[in-house]
Amino acid sequence: MSHRSLASTSTLAVVAVAVLVALLAPSSATGQTQSPATKAPPAAKSWTPPQTPDGKPDLQGIWTDNTLTPFERPKGLGTKEFYTEQELAEATKKARQGSPGEEAELGAARQQAVRYDLELYGFDPGKLRFSSNRTSLITGPEGVVPPMLPAAKERNAELAAKNKGHEFDSYANRPLSERCILMGQERIPMTPGANEGNLLQIVQGPGYVTLLHEIDHSTRVIPTDGRPHVPQNMRLWQGDSVGHWEGNTLVVDTTNFTNLTAYRGSSEKLHLIERFTRAADDRMIYQFTVEDPATWAKPWTAEIPWTKSKGPVYEWACHEGNTMISTILRGARVAEAEAAKKGK
Amino acid sequence: MRSWFTDLLIAGAVFTGVFLLAATSVAGQATAYRAPRTADGKPNLNGIWQALNTANWDLQGRAAAKGPVPSLGAVFSVPAGQGVVDGDEIPYLPAAAAKKRENQANWVKLDPEVKCYLPGVPRAAYLPYPFQIVQGAQNILISYEYAGAVRVVNMGTPTKAPGDSWMGWSNGHWEGETLVVDVTSLNDQTWFDRAGNFHSDALHVVERYTPRSADTLTYEATIEDPMTFSRPWKISMPLYRHVEKNARLLEYKCVEFAEELLYGPLSKKP
Repeated sequence: MSHRSLASTSTLAVVAVAVLVALLAPSSATGQTQSPATKAPPAAKSWTPPQTPDGKPDLQGIWTDNTLTPFERPKGLGTKEFYTEQELAEATKKARQGSPGEEAELGAARQQAVRYDLELYGFDPGKLRFSSNRTSLITGPEGVVPPMLPAAKERNAELAAKNKGHEFDSYANRPLSERCILMGQERIPMTPGANEGNLLQIVQGPGYVTLLHEIDHSTRVIPTDGRPHVPQNMRLWQGDSVGHWEGNTLVVDTTNFTNLTAYRGSSEKLHLIERFTRAADDRMIYQFTVEDPATWAKPWTAEIPWTKSKGPVYEWACHEGNTMISTILRGARVAEAEAAKKGK
Repeated sequence: MRSWFTDLLIAGAVFTGVFLLAATSVAGQATAYRAPRTADGKPNLNGIWQALNTANWDLQGRAAAKGPVPSLGAVFSVPAGQGVVDGDEIPYLPAAAAKKRENQANWVKLDPEVKCYLPGVPRAAYLPYPFQIVQGAQNILISYEYAGAVRVVNMGTPTKAPGDSWMGWSNGHWEGETLVVDVTSLNDQTWFDRAGNFHSDALHVVERYTPRSADTLTYEATIEDPMTFSRPWKISMPLYRHVEKNARLLEYKCVEFAEELLYGPLSKKP
């Protein structure tokens, strides 16, 4: 939210209030969700996951994916995929002091353009943690998103150019997150922040797994009975998800995204495979592979450990409380009127 | 020692009692339906459900009427329908009755549904969109197609809401075949229908979901709000299962359909 720049100072003030409100909102939830599990032991083979009454692996509960682990591997680390315990302890200490370098992604706890007392809003730096020994959430020797194909770069540049100079013209020019259509962490695949209320609740019924994302009350009702995707002409912001069980793992396949969903610049050919495996009573391994031949030359995979949380999951009514869009547009119209007056 | 006569009397009384009991339970079951069970032995309410009535237009009965947008002609006119309120009367306090009339007169401007706001309870149950019940042992999740609204009904020890919200705080329990959900901590922003029926944040709703056949449920909601109504009142209606083979809850993110209405006037004029 620190990227916004507007001409009108009065608008800036209102936007600052909106940012503050946005910061406040997740804090109440995060305050209670941290669990200091910094180690990432590989799933113990002897541990048998509990089952639902109808005999499926039981993934239910309230989970948090908060972590300091950055999405992409810091450049200096080369092919180093894991930290030693000592390196991890050092990186955690640095992050808690607010100067993590490239090794950690501080999320909402990072230095803000306007300095708020983050502790006041529940962002306790002492609770920041890495959820595993991984140096990046993206797995493999490279640890970064593969380079974007030239045609995809061009496509995205064209879109950005079209919006340039029109950012404040209309609601349609604003990012999907601001419009409460797809908030950053509501998007799939689900990626974490360091300290942002990001609870996920799983409820299972016969033939279905449901996943409620606290952010924007985003709910996925995923059939696991082997049915096919909805017809290709039905394009959905969050795509169409169908699942099946492979041993103790829930595998979810998602296609049918819109050409505006654009996950990290993806096209409507985006194909997502997510894998949910319970590794311990209080630990889930969430893994996803992103495929989009129109955007990246090869698929790429990330792995994110989830930790059990007490909750509760709050209602996140984004659109209902959205004063940001009207404030931004009103500010832009005032700025234009003032500029026109000066020009005369 | 008891005489044979006393014994006979007792036997007769017991017989009569058993007979009465049997008769009562038979009478009770004449209309009762026993639903299939989930793996953990609870009535199985899993499925995609939808109301098929005009409750979202008006909880009370009304004749058909012209729609709010003349250019849409008969496509978006108001259908006729019988009410779903027991006794067809909503017991408004005098000031609240006046506000209801005002709401109704300014429906399109004031109805939160027009703005794609979360619908609240009980309205979520009879909006003209399906919803899905997913029954876990500890929690029952109800996912509504409209606006992606959702509730998680806690079936364990009742818990207290952390604060007021649009969809409220739901604690549930089973009473025989019936899922009873106690809903509190609803805010005062939602309406009951497009006719301006409303409530305050003192609203307390008790919902009852009772299977009545393989593919229908009876939905009842008792509505209590001493700031708005002089007494509790009740609505009831059947809910129908979507039996289509490919039935799915689909994405209905209506925010983008309300943006022009909400923000259009603030856009740059070409």
